[in-house]
Amino acid sequence: MNVTEANSVVLRKLLIFTVIMFGFGFALVPFYEKICEVTGLNNLLQADTLTENTQVDTARWVTVELDANTHGLPWQFKPLQSSVRVHPGELTQVVYEVRNNSDREINGQAIPSYSPQLLGKYLKKLECFCFSKQVLKPREVRQMPVQFLIEPGLPDDINTVTISYTFFELGNDNTVSLDISASQL
Amino acid sequence: MAAVHDHDIAHAHDHHPTGLMRWLTSTNHKDIGTMYLWFSFIMFLTGGVMALTIRAELFQPGLQIVNPEFFNQLTTMHGLVMIFGAIMPAFVGFANWQVPMMIGAPDMAFARMNNWSFWLLPPAALLLLGSFFAPGGAPAGGWTIYPPLSVQMGMGMDMAIFAIHILGASSIMGSINIITTILNMRAPGMTLMKMPMFVWTWLITAYLLVLVMPVLAGAVTMLLTDRNFGTNFFNAAGGGDPVMFQHIFWFFGHPEVYIMILPAFGIVSEIIPTFSRKPLFGYSSMVYATASIAILSCIVWAHHMFTAGMPVTGQLFFMYATMLIAVPTGVKVFNWTATMWRGSMSFETPMLFAIGFIFLFTLGGFSGVVCAIVPIDIQVQDTYYVIAHFHYVLVSGALFAIFGGAYYWLPKWTGHMYDETLGKWHFWLSMFFFNLAFFVQHFLGLAGMPRRIPDYALQFADFNMISTIGAFGFGLSQLLFLYVVLKCIRGGAKSPAKSWEGATSLEWTLPSPPPYHSFETPPVIR
Repeated sequence: MNVTEANSVVLRKLLIFTVIMFGFGFALVPFYEKICEVTGLNNLLQADTLTENTQVDTARWVTVELDANTHGLPWQFKPLQSSVRVHPGELTQVVYEVRNNSDREINGQAIPSYSPQLLGKYLKKLECFCFSKQVLKPREVRQMPVQFLIEPGLPDDINTVTISYTFFELGNDNTVSLDISASQL
Repeated sequence: MAAVHDHDIAHAHDHHPTGLMRWLTSTNHKDIGTMYLWFSFIMFLTGGVMALTIRAELFQPGLQIVNPEFFNQLTTMHGLVMIFGAIMPAFVGFANWQVPMMIGAPDMAFARMNNWSFWLLPPAALLLLGSFFAPGGAPAGGWTIYPPLSVQMGMGMDMAIFAIHILGASSIMGSINIITTILNMRAPGMTLMKMPMFVWTWLITAYLLVLVMPVLAGAVTMLLTDRNFGTNFFNAAGGGDPVMFQHIFWFFGHPEVYIMILPAFGIVSEIIPTFSRKPLFGYSSMVYATASIAILSCIVWAHHMFTAGMPVTGQLFFMYATMLIAVPTGVKVFNWTATMWRGSMSFETPMLFAIGFIFLFTLGGFSGVVCAIVPIDIQVQDTYYVIAHFHYVLVSGALFAIFGGAYYWLPKWTGHMYDETLGKWHFWLSMFFFNLAFFVQHFLGLAGMPRRIPDYALQFADFNMISTIGAFGFGLSQLLFLYVVLKCIRGGAKSPAKSWEGATSLEWTLPSPPPYHSFETPPVIR
C-alpha cells in the first residue's frame, strides 16, 4: 500500500468517526432524558409517589403563596386563593382557574417554578395540571387542582414558599417527548 | 511572506501563480501555515479591540462609552473571536508550518483539503463579525450561547451558528489532515516515541478535535432548529430542557480548553530544552501526561455547571475528576522545571515567553483547582475570579506560548533573526501589563463582582481602573510584536540553518528559510 492509499484509509476512518460523533451529539438528547427519568431528576411531568407515611408536623405552619403567569398566549390564569397555610406533611389541594380569552383552540403547557429553589426537593405533587398539556376550546373556562404536600424535612428557617406556574403555548406540532411523557400518566 | 517566496527552489514542474492567486490556490503547507498565522493575528487584533472597548467601559463605574446591549455583544464576540478566530487557527498555523518539517514529511497529507480548511475561515469570520450589523445585533448571551437567550435572539445568532458550523468544519478537516500526516508520513526511523513533543501534543489535540467538534456542531444545529424549525430540544415549554444544552455544550467545551492548551504545551516543550541545552526531561512521561489530560478532559465537563442544578454525587464526581487533572499537568510542569535544572540556560525572547508561560499558566492552573472545589465554585461562579482564571490559562498560557513559538521559529521561517532587544521589550511589557490587567481581577471576583455586566458597585472602582490600564498597555504592546515580525520578514541578520545553538529537531537541518518544497527525499533518522 503506498502512502496515498494509506492516507485515504485514515481519511475514511476519521470521516466516519466524525459523522458518528455528530450523531452522538444528538444521541445525548434521549440519553439525557433517560438519565433524568432513572434518577428522578428534573421530573416535571410526572406525579410524585409517597414512599412512606409522612408524619404531619402540626406544630409548624408554612405559608404557600400561589402565583400564576402566562407567556404569550391569550389566557387568563389565576389561583382561586392567593395563598394557603399548611402544616408540613399535610396533604393539601388548591385550585387554579384558566380561561381562554380567544376564539381559537389553544394547547398550553404549564411549567412550574419554586421559590426558594430548595422547595423543589421537599415539594411532592400527587396531582397537577402541569403534568399534561391543557387544550382549551374558544372561551372555555377550566378549574384545575393541584394536590401536594411539603415534606417535614423542609429547613426550619423557611416559613414562606412560593409555587408559581407559567403557561406556554404549544404549537400543534408539540414535541414527541412531551407526548410520550403525557401518555405515561 | 515575500521572503519565503524569494527563496523558492526552482523546480521544473512547479509553475506557481503569483499575487493573490498564489495564496488562494496554494496547497503548500508553508504558505497555508503563514496564512493561518496572519488570519489569527488579524482576529487577535479584532478581538483585542472588543476587549479594550469592554475595559474602557469598565474604567469607571456607570455607563460611559457603550450601552449595555452592545456591551453584551462585545463580551460574547470577544470570546468567540479569540477562541475560534485567534487561538485555534494560530495553533493550526504552527502545525502546518512545523509538523511536516519536524517529522521529515514533504507536505501535509491532503494538500488540497489543507487549502480548503484555511479558506473556510475568512468567510466564517465575515459571517461572525457581520452579525454586528444584523437586526438585533451580534449574539449577546455569552460565548457559551446558552438557551433560552440564544433561542430568543435576532438573526445575528443564526449567522454566528453558521459561522461556528464552518469554523468547526475547518477544524475537523485540519485535524484529519494533521492526524494522517503524523501517522503516515513520518520519515523512515521517526518512530512515534521519537517525535518532537510539539508533534505529539498536536496529534492528541487533533484527536480531541475530531472527537468533540462534531458534538458542538450537533448542539448548535439543535439551537438552529429550535430557533427556526419548531423543534423543542431546549425549549422548556415544549418539553425540552435548557440545562441539557449546557451538558452537550460543555461536553465539547471542556476538551476545547485543552485543545487550546495542549499545542502550547508542545511549543514550550520545544523551547525549554533548546535554551537549557538539555534534552526534554521525562519525554515519555510527557507523552503519557498529555494523553491522560486529553482523556480526563472528556469526563469533567459539568464542573462548569455546579450552580445549574446537579445531585451532590454528580458534583463530587466532577470535582474529584477535575482535581485529578492537576496530576498530569503537574508532571508536565515539573518536567519542564527539571529540564531547566542545571542546564546551560540562556534567556532569549522565546525562552522568556516559555518561562513566563510556566509561571503564569501554573498560577492559572491553581486558580482552576480553586474553582473546581464545589463550595468555592458556587461562590465564584460567573464572577471576575473565573475571568482571571481563564485569562491566566489562555492569555499567559496559550497566547504566551504562541508568542514564544513565533519568536522561536521566525528565524527559520523568514531566514532573518528578529530584533532581540525589541522582542525582550515585547515580553516584559506583555508580562507587566498582563498581570496588571488580570491579577486584580482575582480580587474583584472574590469580592463578588459579576462578569458580563457593564456597570459595577463603587467599591470595585480602583481595581477596575488598574485592570483597564493594564489591558490597554497589554493591547498596545502587541503592536510592538507586529512591528518586530514585519521587521524580521523584511530583513535582519541572516539566520543560519540552526538558528539556536541547542535546537535539535529536524527542521533545523533545513536552510533558513527552508526551501518551498522541503524533505522531498525523506531524511533518515537513526
